[in-house]
Amino acid sequence: MSHKILEAKNVNKYFHDPLTVQVLSDVSFTLNRGEFASIIGKSGCGKSTLLYIMSTMDTDYEGDILIDERSMKGLTEADLALVRNEKIGFVFQFHYLLNEFSVLKNVMLPALKLGKYSVAEIEHRAYEKLKMLGIESEALKTSNQLSGGQKQRVAIARALINDPLIIMGDEPTGNLDKKNSEIVFDIFKELAEVYHQSLLIVTHDGEFAARTNRIIEMEDGKIISS
Amino acid sequence: MNFRLIFSIAQSLMLARWRQTMVAAFGVTFGIAMFVSLLGFMSGLNDLLDGLILNRTPHIRLYNEVQPTLKQPVDMAEAFQDSYNFVKSVKPKQERPEIYNNAAIMNFLKSDQRVLGIAPKITAQVFYNVGVIDLTGAVNGIDVEAENSLFNFQDYMVDGNYIDLKNTPNSIILGKGLATKMLASIGDIIQLTTSKGERLQLKVVGLFQSGLQDADNTQSYASLVTTQKLLGESISYITDIQIKVKDIEMAPQIAKEYEQLFNVEALDIQTANSQFETGSSVRSIISYAVGITLLIVAGFGIYNILNMMIYEKMDSIAILKATGFSGNDVNRIFTSIALSIGIVGGILGLVLGLSLSLLIDQIPFNTPSLPTIKTYPINYDPRFYLIGICFSLITTYLAGYLPSRKASKVDPVIIIRGK
Ligand SMILES: Nc1ncnc2c1ncn2[C@@H]1O[C@H](COP(=O)(O)OP(=O)(O)OP(=O)(O)O)[C@@H](O)[C@H]1O
Ligand SMILES: [Mg+2]
Repeated sequence: MSHKILEAKNVNKYFHDPLTVQVLSDVSFTLNRGEFASIIGKSGCGKSTLLYIMSTMDTDYEGDILIDERSMKGLTEADLALVRNEKIGFVFQFHYLLNEFSVLKNVMLPALKLGKYSVAEIEHRAYEKLKMLGIESEALKTSNQLSGGQKQRVAIARALINDPLIIMGDEPTGNLDKKNSEIVFDIFKELAEVYHQSLLIVTHDGEFAARTNRIIEMEDGKIISS
Repeated sequence: MNFRLIFSIAQSLMLARWRQTMVAAFGVTFGIAMFVSLLGFMSGLNDLLDGLILNRTPHIRLYNEVQPTLKQPVDMAEAFQDSYNFVKSVKPKQERPEIYNNAAIMNFLKSDQRVLGIAPKITAQVFYNVGVIDLTGAVNGIDVEAENSLFNFQDYMVDGNYIDLKNTPNSIILGKGLATKMLASIGDIIQLTTSKGERLQLKVVGLFQSGLQDADNTQSYASLVTTQKLLGESISYITDIQIKVKDIEMAPQIAKEYEQLFNVEALDIQTANSQFETGSSVRSIISYAVGITLLIVAGFGIYNILNMMIYEKMDSIAILKATGFSGNDVNRIFTSIALSIGIVGGILGLVLGLSLSLLIDQIPFNTPSLPTIKTYPINYDPRFYLIGICFSLITTYLAGYLPSRKASKVDPVIIIRGK
């Protein structure tokens, strides 16, 4: 079954500061459920820009984005926040964990915001995700007591907590050494194969990309192969 | 929606910066404490000073003014209706300052719903005889019980009991200053001469001190009967009717009405003491201004800490937004930080302000002119506390408004790209 979960339709993006430059020109592609795709391309070709547009955080573009076959054009800021909360999990190069909270609470926050389950249930689910990533023993530490690789795994657990339609990553292994990159990649692989999780990962790492199911290659704001 | 989550995030942010949060809260505490104690103290003083005059002054005083008749007989003569009549050197006619038919007037007043109470009075100019010297002064003939219930006469007694004035025939209560001049104390007999030359000996049964030098040095009190005897008048003779009304604001209007109705002069308290109102309101305005200034300064403290927090927590705000918190949620987080500081700081401020007031209330304040006051006066009007907490909430909300808005407008893309 090839169910479209993410679709970009003729997306154009301009930056106007200091000069007007077109960073994305007429980008169109679709991602189906269960796909593990990577976006590669030279530095500055517009990979991050495209990812932020598709994640609904950047709303200043031309064209349309459909998530779960629903157009994101014209939705309010609060609606888009809800879409991100419910349907998208993020992993960035930097972990962005909140130092004020325990690891567990960091993972729980998006679910608490969604409010679909009771607090006890959310806590239970957060433990499950941490266990799946092999870091449940760190649950009660604060994030600055963890290693870089552990932090990134917590960030992945946080991305998974609401069972999102898709996980998006912007160079999630960019800050990690070989060994930790390997661990993170294996996690993604497992998510894709065992749990049929859809993933869209921007990366510089050709080796990483080569092991994904699908490579989307960009050059100068265009998709040259997908 | 999701208020507990918003609040728990706010709480964690505050705890992470608890020192600055406490400083900001203490700013509010200080502002509110000063606000309520200052206002309590100022209005305590106001009440005291107002009480000095206003409590002892009838709201309306009915009396007869000795004045020349406006309509001269020639004006009534039919022959001269259409002409200008000039009468020069008009003098008031021989007339007693008595209120005629006062028994009927008093009966009417007692049945008027707007009237709280009345007390008849006679003022008589006298000379106090001290050896060969005569001191000028006045005797107030009063209905002892009515006077006491209306003007708390007993509060001003420094020696003796006011009720003796009623129980002891031919008795008098002297002003403290006057008694000192006459070397008179309780039990002594003094002699008075009226303006008509009558002499009378009266027994001193008490001394009063009103706090008004002028009154204490020249005035004395005697019962109505004694004063009537002194003046050689009948027992229906009364020169003043003092009225207290239920709503003091109504006094001028009621006075005007009585003037028409009874054909006497009626002076209301507002006209008689307009300068006191002005003084009180100026003092209140000053205390409000100082209190509000302090609160505004505290507001800037809150503004600062929130701005700093937002600057520091840009990353956290960005990730909250990336993971599904809306601008509104972020706004609520920072607004609840501001309001928590306001509420906690404000409540502590009320407690501190109350303690400060209680403390000031204990400081001895002895002044010879105010015999009933032993410590500094404080007004514990709950309205000040209510205004204080409202103001603290309003200022903290306003102080938090701009920073919270700024936080809600943080663009996560810019922050996340920046790393
Ligand atoms: N805020 C901005 N204002 C102006 N130009 C920008 C802005 N952000 C990015 N750009 C430009 O847009 C282009 C695409 O940037 P983008 O971050 O998408 O590249 P990228 O493919 O993710 O590169 P990298 O692999 O280095 O992360 C770049 O040329 C960049 O200089
Ligand atoms: Mg990039």
